[in-house]
Amino acid sequence: MTKLTTTLAALLLLGTSPVAAETTVRYMTFSAAPDYLDELDATIAAFEAAHPDIDVSYETASFNDYFTKLQTVIAAGQAPDAFELNYENFVSFASKGALADLGPLMAADSGFSTAIYNPTALAAFSQAGKQYGLVESFSNVVLFYNKDLFDKAGVAYPSADWTWKEELEAAQKLTDAASGAWGSFAPIQFWEFYKTIAQNGGAMFNADKTEVTLDSPANVEALQWMVDKVARYRVTPSDAEMAGQGDGDLFKAGRIAMLRTGIWMFGDFSANAKFNWDIALEPGNTAKAHHFFANGVAVSANSANQQAAYEWLKFLTSSKEAVEIRIKAGWELPAVTDASYVQGYLDQPAPESREVVFQALDTAVTPPVINNWNQLTDIVGKELEAAKLGQKTPQQALSDAAAAVRPIL
Amino acid sequence: MEAVSGRGRLIAVLVLVGPSLVGMTAFYILPVLSSLVVSFAKWDLLSPIRWIGLANYANALADPAVQQALGNTVTFIAGYLPTVVALGLGLALLLNRRLKGRTFFRAVYFVPVVTSWVAVSLIWKWLLNPQYGLVNYALSLIGIQGPGWLFDPAWAMAGVVLTSVWKDVGFVTVIYLAGLQDIPESLGEAAALDGATTWQKFRFVIFPMLAPTTIFVTTISLISSFQVFDQVFIMTGGGPVGATTTMVQLIYRNAFSYSAMGYASAISWILFALIFTVTLVQNLLQKRLDRSDG
Repeated sequence: MTKLTTTLAALLLLGTSPVAAETTVRYMTFSAAPDYLDELDATIAAFEAAHPDIDVSYETASFNDYFTKLQTVIAAGQAPDAFELNYENFVSFASKGALADLGPLMAADSGFSTAIYNPTALAAFSQAGKQYGLVESFSNVVLFYNKDLFDKAGVAYPSADWTWKEELEAAQKLTDAASGAWGSFAPIQFWEFYKTIAQNGGAMFNADKTEVTLDSPANVEALQWMVDKVARYRVTPSDAEMAGQGDGDLFKAGRIAMLRTGIWMFGDFSANAKFNWDIALEPGNTAKAHHFFANGVAVSANSANQQAAYEWLKFLTSSKEAVEIRIKAGWELPAVTDASYVQGYLDQPAPESREVVFQALDTAVTPPVINNWNQLTDIVGKELEAAKLGQKTPQQALSDAAAAVRPIL
Repeated sequence: MEAVSGRGRLIAVLVLVGPSLVGMTAFYILPVLSSLVVSFAKWDLLSPIRWIGLANYANALADPAVQQALGNTVTFIAGYLPTVVALGLGLALLLNRRLKGRTFFRAVYFVPVVTSWVAVSLIWKWLLNPQYGLVNYALSLIGIQGPGWLFDPAWAMAGVVLTSVWKDVGFVTVIYLAGLQDIPESLGEAAALDGATTWQKFRFVIFPMLAPTTIFVTTISLISSFQVFDQVFIMTGGGPVGATTTMVQLIYRNAFSYSAMGYASAISWILFALIFTVTLVQNLLQKRLDRSDG
């Protein structure tokens, strides 16, 4: 009833007095659905309170369908005013001219400085000197370990100076076929691969991404190490041994002692792991390297409401309200520099060594993005799978991958 | 009725056919035609469309990925088609006899046919799970160590074929049952009088009489198996190591993962040409058969 009265009152007001025309910003997101819709609603409410003349409506899609949906609505001329993009897809959307250059809007915005953002993370969302997006959040991957299993096996906890060698020695002691416990787990797939080769001083491309270096000796050695953990040392379960169960589920069941996975698992593990666990920096071989995944937000090149959309994105990524909502819910991590914002994150209970999340940023590797990104991940992924299943040697798999990637570079 | 002249009849036809015609045009005919147009272009949905003539077709014919997908599709057909037709025929012969609960069995075999592919695929994914699946458990009871099924490139396609046969065999059975109704009982009786064994009766009377049915189910099953997609998409996603990447799976990936709309359309039309040719050959065979029947 009250809602009806308010609506009627609003209609009357509209009819009688000239009210500033409301702009509606249409926003599309994947990271909010399905777990953080309440937080998104709260952020929008806070924004609309600060900007009475702007309304924000949103649409969500799960990550797997999101980019197909987004491309389709853009192609149909129904692009949302603002939308979320992960770093990998940002590169392709920006180079195809789908994103508005935020430079002029930022230059005109006198009260605002980009110094609030982590500079590396913000730079990721620029291309050819133009800022096509604002950085919204980041996440990374660290080494999770089951303290109880370490205690039981009498092995010292992982430390920052561990290398692959120490990891393997510990994993061999922690693996217990009788109880079905495995020492160490990292998936053998594209994302794990580009990070693991960085831990061995390798890379997929040369610095300016004009040459494919997939089959370099350092990379072959790194892939050999990934495969050996499964087939030779037997400290990591094979696909058939995992039988379709997720690595996170096995960790929660107390069957994996060391797991390389993302900090997005904090909430799940805190709630559902019935043992003591903590995180550490990942062991590397010749170098330290950690994943770095960033989400950004951008304004559509065809939006009629670019100014309003920019205001919303600025609020979503850098306002104190939005950042606090995000940190409290564990909805990834805001990429802001302000230490007082971040303290709330460090103060939360599990895991104990939360500072590791920020230490890992010092050795961050960004995804080796090229324009034909999805082809790249499929081609390399398929060859890695062949190596994993023992159909090809690491050398053969990477030579074949390099040959197949060259034409799409 | 004379009063319903040309114009009145046209209106009646339009009113009756209109609704489904509108739907067909909007969601079937137009998309099919636009895919033909797009197949001559390079289009990633975001950048402006660029006309490149026959380049997509030339690239597709030379693309090892297309050849692999075609090979996988043929492997699927080779495993699926004979099995589903033979099994469907066998079941139809069994269910055509006067056995108790015949209607019940007919319904049971038809249930998978009307079940959604998503549900069937997910259930079979679990049945075929190498560690916890019922299939390998059953095999272990008779002392056989089951394969890795969907995790093993050598067995994944077998798993997909098994699932597809299980789901579709009821359809083939029903068609054969209908075909069996058309065979006059007098023929069987005459053969029996002449001293034909059950096998001879089947081989020389029933099976030849079923030829039109056999050609029909083979054609329908062949067309649908060229287009095999749902079960592959859900059960394996085309893996492992591309072992189950079929033509439609490849088309889907090019269109919706690589945003190569033009290339995906070109492969679709190549697939269409392929199915069209095969069906044409089958049609000719049927015509020849009809003629030899007199």
